[in-house]
Amino acid sequence: MSALSDELRKKIESYLSRYPSKQAVTLPALHLVHDEQRCVSREAIKEIADLLDLAPAEVYDSMSFYEFFREEDAPLGKVRLWVCRSLACSLRGGEELLRHLCQKLAVKPGGTTADGKISVEFAECLGACEGAPAVMVDDEHKHNMNTEKLDELVNELKK
Amino acid sequence: MPDFEPVLLRRIEKKASPWLDAYRADGGYRALEKVLSSMTPAQVVDEVKNSGLRGRGGAGFPTGVKWTFLPKDHPGPIYLCVNADESEPCTFNNRILMEEDPHQVLEGILLASYATKASTAYIYLRYEYGKSFRHLQKAIDELYSANLLGQNILGKGFNLDVYLHRGAGAYICGEETGLIESLEGKRGWPRIKPPFPAVEGAFRKPTVVNNIETLACVTHVIDRGADWLKSIGIAPDAKNPRDAGSYGPKLYCISGHVNKPCCVELPLGISVRELVDKHGGGVWKGHKAKGCIPGGISMGIMTEKEFDTPLDFNGPGKVGCLGLGTAAVTIFDDQTSIVDVLYNICRFFAHESCGQCTPCREGTGWMYKMMDRMRRGQGRLEDLQILDEVAKSIGIMPGTTICGLADGAGWPVKNAITKFRGELEDWIRKGKKSEHRSRVARMT
Ligand SMILES: Cc1cc2nc3c(=O)[nH]c(=O)nc-3n(C[C@H](O)[C@H](O)[C@H](O)COP(=O)(O)O)c2cc1C
Ligand code: SF4
Ligand code: FES
Repeated sequence: MSALSDELRKKIESYLSRYPSKQAVTLPALHLVHDEQRCVSREAIKEIADLLDLAPAEVYDSMSFYEFFREEDAPLGKVRLWVCRSLACSLRGGEELLRHLCQKLAVKPGGTTADGKISVEFAECLGACEGAPAVMVDDEHKHNMNTEKLDELVNELKK
Repeated sequence: MPDFEPVLLRRIEKKASPWLDAYRADGGYRALEKVLSSMTPAQVVDEVKNSGLRGRGGAGFPTGVKWTFLPKDHPGPIYLCVNADESEPCTFNNRILMEEDPHQVLEGILLASYATKASTAYIYLRYEYGKSFRHLQKAIDELYSANLLGQNILGKGFNLDVYLHRGAGAYICGEETGLIESLEGKRGWPRIKPPFPAVEGAFRKPTVVNNIETLACVTHVIDRGADWLKSIGIAPDAKNPRDAGSYGPKLYCISGHVNKPCCVELPLGISVRELVDKHGGGVWKGHKAKGCIPGGISMGIMTEKEFDTPLDFNGPGKVGCLGLGTAAVTIFDDQTSIVDVLYNICRFFAHESCGQCTPCREGTGWMYKMMDRMRRGQGRLEDLQILDEVAKSIGIMPGTTICGLADGAGWPVKNAITKFRGELEDWIRKGKKSEHRSRVARMT
């Protein structure tokens, strides 16, 4: 069975016309697969490489450069919750928030809760510093967090 | 001085709708119509050149001049790469423009593409800007439907496609050639220059890379004319023949220990003190400021005594900082240890060095480890000397690295050792430990 559904393949192929090289579709393809499958498996890498006329090692090389993409041994949970640790947030309690979250969920940054619902990550500046400390749910910012608000958010995400 | 009327934030502060109809009703795409019906590309380049507009992405290179570096009469394609990677810590002005007034940015992209004869523009957008992504995509779709993008725009024979390209959480992809490599599907390793992107950029073709705020400024330079931009900001220093001046409005970000963190538009040249007191609501909790980072963490550190420094392209350099950078000011109060600030900064660069150049990869790692040791009470006085040496030896300026990340990594360390030496020595002598808890982050 192939790792990529026909639909996913079609989505990836729809990006080809945007660029003068097939290789440029690497990042869009990785995002499409990662979003849907919560990781990019070895098999998916091979199939992306096939679609883009690349060696799997080329796709893997780019993919591993960005620590963003998960491999199949550590897939993401249902949502990815990022806590910013850079300067503006750190000055307003960002690191304490990250610690609180990790303790509450009993995971380390990079880990996923046992129920598979939440993956916790630290982030470098999210570009939301006017709302520091800031967190991000997948790709949506949440401003002016504190432990109470974070607890509420976690309860919401665990539902 | 009367209060400055915002231009870039005009519609945003009025909470105007970000969508096409409203934008057009407010005079939007007037500049584009003017250009398509009555100006040649060369005239648009000249207008931008004459305005004195300098890039807002950090390096401050004159925008119109950059465009003239493209080869003449090139058969094409020529690309515009829009730098929306905005990853310099403490910087968020591009995000506000893209989220709240995407058409202002897109009009600038159309104008810049017309001027440079680019037929495709790629917006390289950091992944973390989900709302920007959705708003820009919707705005781009509106433009295609209105024949303001695609083939034969407004029936004037101008063609342009604009595509959004999402990054994947790497700071280095904001460096213009790292961006291009990443766009091409490779790891985001900056290229050795020359060749500069204008000669050989994306897909080996001539390419212009411009920042989001720069392009938003282009919209108004064309709409209001070069003289408008020149009427705002700071004229060139008469004693410095190489100074191109600091013209135009600037979006300043204020964050950290202030009562009202925000983004505010002001003429270039405002001082940190005025920013904090008038726009940031003063230092929080009634505390005093100890210092700030004046333009993103890469630009170094200013002490409170230096807060009267004007934030124009020359000001920060006069107090030993690297430059204006992104004009993102983050204040830290007098209760904050400089050790914690430096530790945070060094950790960032160690994490974000792309690893291509040994001095940067190793140097940022060493600085981070030394700061970590110091904050755990195990620093040694000679560490200060080593830190200073490492900081001074990594970067484009000392000629040891490919890109400027390393210069930015060294600068805050150098500044801190010069400006806060007493505090650092005292910390080390007393074996102080950081109260600031980030053990979790160290587990990774
Ligand atoms: C390490 C590093 C990171 C950078 N990050 C950004 C960025 O996130 N956004 C940006 O516009 N410019 C960034 N720059 C500057 C770009 O290389 C380039 O100068 C800029 O995009 C040019 O646009 P402008 O002339 O309109 O300012 C960065 C530079 C370096 C060395
Ligand atoms: S200076 Fe650092 S970030 Fe820049 S190319 Fe070299 S290793 Fe990469
Ligand atoms: S430092 Fe956390 S969002 Fe910028």
